[in-house]
Amino acid sequence: MAHSSRKDAPDLPDFSLLKRIARDQLIYLLEQLPGKKDLFIEADLMSPLDRIANVTTLKEHEVDKLYKVDHKPIYSTSDQLCFLIRPRIQTVKWIADIVNADKAAGKLRSYKIIFSPQKFYACEAVLEEQGIYGDVSTDEWAFHLLPLDDDIISLELPEFFRDNFLGGDQRWVTTAGSALHLLHSVYGPFSKAYGIGRCAKMVYESWREQGKEGEKKTPQSEIGTVFLVDRDVDFVTPLCSQVVYEGLVDDIFRIKCGSVEFTPDVTSSEKSVKVMLNSQDKVFGEIRNEHFSNVFGLLSQKARNLQTAYDRRRGMDIKQMKTFVSEELKGLKQEHHLLSLHIGASESMMKRKTKQDFQELLKTEHSLLEGFEIRECISYIEEHINRQVSMIESLRLLCLLSLTENGLLPKDYRSLKAQYLQSYGTEHLLTFANLRQLGLLVEQQAGETLTVMESKVGKLVNDKTVGKLTDAFSSLAKKSNFRALSKRLALVPKTMEEYDLRTPRDMAYIFSGAYIPLSCKLIEQVLEREGWTGLEEVTRLLNGNEFVGSAGGGSETGRTTDSQRIILVMFLGGCSYSEISALRFLGKEKGYKFIVVTTAIINAARLLEAMLDNYG
Amino acid sequence: MMRSKPDEDDYWNSSKFRAFTFDDDDDEFSTLKESKRAVNSIVVDDDDDDDEDDVEKVSWSGEPVGTFPDVPSRSFAPELRKPKAEYKVSKPVLLVNLVKGRAYSFETFRSLKDKMLLLDEAVHANDGNVITAVLIFLKKSLSKEILSRELTSREIALRHYIHYLKEMGEQKSLVELLKSLGRTEDMALLQYKEHLNIKDEVRKKEYLKACIGLPFSPEDASHVQDHYTLLERQIIIEANDKQAENKVEVFKKHPRKASILNMPIITTLYYSCFYHYGEPEGTFSSPANIRSTFKISEKQYFLTVLGARAKLKEWFDVDRLFTAKNWFGYTKKKSPIGFHRVVDILQKNNAPVQVLQEYVSLVEDTEQKISLAQKYKCHDIVIDTYKDLKDRQQLIIYQGKVERNSPEDRKIQDLLNNTQIRWKN
Repeated sequence: MAHSSRKDAPDLPDFSLLKRIARDQLIYLLEQLPGKKDLFIEADLMSPLDRIANVTTLKEHEVDKLYKVDHKPIYSTSDQLCFLIRPRIQTVKWIADIVNADKAAGKLRSYKIIFSPQKFYACEAVLEEQGIYGDVSTDEWAFHLLPLDDDIISLELPEFFRDNFLGGDQRWVTTAGSALHLLHSVYGPFSKAYGIGRCAKMVYESWREQGKEGEKKTPQSEIGTVFLVDRDVDFVTPLCSQVVYEGLVDDIFRIKCGSVEFTPDVTSSEKSVKVMLNSQDKVFGEIRNEHFSNVFGLLSQKARNLQTAYDRRRGMDIKQMKTFVSEELKGLKQEHHLLSLHIGASESMMKRKTKQDFQELLKTEHSLLEGFEIRECISYIEEHINRQVSMIESLRLLCLLSLTENGLLPKDYRSLKAQYLQSYGTEHLLTFANLRQLGLLVEQQAGETLTVMESKVGKLVNDKTVGKLTDAFSSLAKKSNFRALSKRLALVPKTMEEYDLRTPRDMAYIFSGAYIPLSCKLIEQVLEREGWTGLEEVTRLLNGNEFVGSAGGGSETGRTTDSQRIILVMFLGGCSYSEISALRFLGKEKGYKFIVVTTAIINAARLLEAMLDNYG
Repeated sequence: MMRSKPDEDDYWNSSKFRAFTFDDDDDEFSTLKESKRAVNSIVVDDDDDDDEDDVEKVSWSGEPVGTFPDVPSRSFAPELRKPKAEYKVSKPVLLVNLVKGRAYSFETFRSLKDKMLLLDEAVHANDGNVITAVLIFLKKSLSKEILSRELTSREIALRHYIHYLKEMGEQKSLVELLKSLGRTEDMALLQYKEHLNIKDEVRKKEYLKACIGLPFSPEDASHVQDHYTLLERQIIIEANDKQAENKVEVFKKHPRKASILNMPIITTLYYSCFYHYGEPEGTFSSPANIRSTFKISEKQYFLTVLGARAKLKEWFDVDRLFTAKNWFGYTKKKSPIGFHRVVDILQKNNAPVQVLQEYVSLVEDTEQKISLAQKYKCHDIVIDTYKDLKDRQQLIIYQGKVERNSPEDRKIQDLLNNTQIRWKN
């Protein structure tokens, strides 16, 4: 970014260690079942596994054949079966069917289930119920953390979001606590912990409890501060259209486990190409955090530089040429290849976005964020629905409308819902029920004066009663209070004055200067204030649950070592690439380095797809 | 990395496991230690000695470590009576030990009071896995009525239980539970959801019919009614159209790509506008019938008809759509949606310029009109509008964009040569 940034930002810790730990443990577990065996891998564990171990590694440990878990009958002839799965009841039931079928056929084999990242009691109860408890050995592969890049670590648990926030099931709390514990023991001790959200608080406590033993020797700390945040603290940000390169690529092509498949229209060949997107890709590294409007310029600049580099060959003699070929050509060719891919991707994205009237869509989003011309926005959304444009996009806009307006007026809610069901299918009744439960899409309650009433009543009665009342009110409808928060934290610039996207002045650049992401703004504020002091009104609007904790790193509060400026942000329920870009920007501004730990990388589509019931 | 707490390892590999995993407890720990050493060699320090300590800790003899003042103390099992601050291990592990532990501690939780205290402790420990473990125990040892009664006032545990039943696919138990909790709307939705698993359309239709009487909110009840009616109609339409496929012109010319079964209402309307346009309102497949049955808004109806007829390039139908509403002999075109949208839809269906320009000219906003006209090369509109605006400069600029000696080029030239016009620039 062509922006003056602090040069003294500290270096990031080396997270490749986490991969080694996970790989070594997997090898150990495989060795627990000596001899040749077939390995069945849960579909969504395949990519993460691929990032840390290859087929050769598995073969070296006597894995004969590899299968994907597909919940169908199996055709393995091996006398040892190993299942590497997520702790899901459906998968365990499938395994139980296999074992019982073998029993019925008089087939003798040994079975091992490796649960990753941990076992659940409910899964073992299924083994017991199915009468195979004892016939199957079980183990845990505590593969909690997959580094996706120098500064991104993922738990690769997309179901965390739905289980925790929609289902109210806290099964992953300990998992997240263990992940943090691992980071703390390898890269800590951390000296400060901040957080907000109900789940964040529980994860913090779980981690602190797990850390109670063996917290004495402190190696050189590499991470100073942790910040935990629940996804439901800020739903607006991940629901906005992404316009920063990396986020846009994710919205359009879907980045999976740090890798993207570019379709033929990008590669301008017949084949799709899988590309790893991370800081190793120098071209990507330069454009990933850029607003899309800058990307073409940067890419053509790079193309010119490349041309110049190639051109240098012209005046060379044989010896120089030889050096050039052996030392530079390969790098240039590699860059050439990457450059053409990213140019192709940019073109393709541009085409798709033009086709769907992206400008008008963004205008509507910005109006919603600003609270401006809401009637026009509603009729835009209505038309979107009427024309049966993408089901998820319509849902996204409806949720943004509800979140920014603190719910829809009853007559709007009914009419939009009815039209939505007509356009996309009545079964979305279930989707609407889920969205209401989560507070993403709600109807304003008759007399939206609840808050006022609440605070008035609060003055009259004692705290306990207020608590009860608040619970009663919040169960009626979770309010997002976006408008009030936006005002307090100045998230939306007052006037849409010229915003130079090439030299951004704040994190709002990730949304074309229209909105500073709430999640990132909170982090900025808390770091600046070293706590929540002065943010009381903000936390009240966010339904509380903020905390500050010592993090077991001793009492050196005034330490000014580099590690103090390395900040680990843990998103519980997922974060978007745009948020990561915003934090990278903030880091550059303030001389911090952020490490993002997330339960999964999300975007609007993934977040909303998790709300659909017909998807399982 | 292996879990660093042998207590938990102990749970997971408790005596019941050892027949197939480890020979005995000592072995278990030594193996674990080995693995741990292997894995940790890269990482941390002298954990090894801790293991023995930790084993001791399981007997609850440790000194207080840290404080968590927000945890209330309970008078319960002796282990639990101590304030939390005195536990050497985390609450979940304690519970897990109680749940699965060495002495089958579950057996000791016989009275309802003990069971509920156990549940409350589990909830207090925040670990969903443990909460569910206790709930599975309670499910086996309490009657449904009692369990449901006790869960009424325990929202967190209740949500875990519902989630567990969902994951287990125990639909019947779930329905009963929600019913006994008085959460009838949730129950209705849950039952409605079952239709997704029914493949056969006739059975699905019957199922939906049965759903109509469920206690939905009034609003949802009418949606479910619509769903049933829709599928009922679709089955009839599908049967008829299958017959028509090789006989009727429109089907032969535009073969159906998929069956209409289970499609949304609007897709069905589009289909009927495509294949059954002009049919009298009396037939189930006519657009008019679908429109009135499902109370489709004028705007929605209009958009769908427009899309379908444009797709078929039936420009006459399109034209009629805009004039049909004029009762007083006007020929002026009217539209419930902006004409720029109309243009957009027509253009996406590859309408010819002659058709497009008619609608571009109806766009109210002049600037928008010019930009659309330029985009779709409706030269006459651009030229006439600039002429009306007396904007000579723009006209000259536009002349540069059109082909030399084309009719539009000559038209512009004529205008520019016309001395009667009083240009503003």
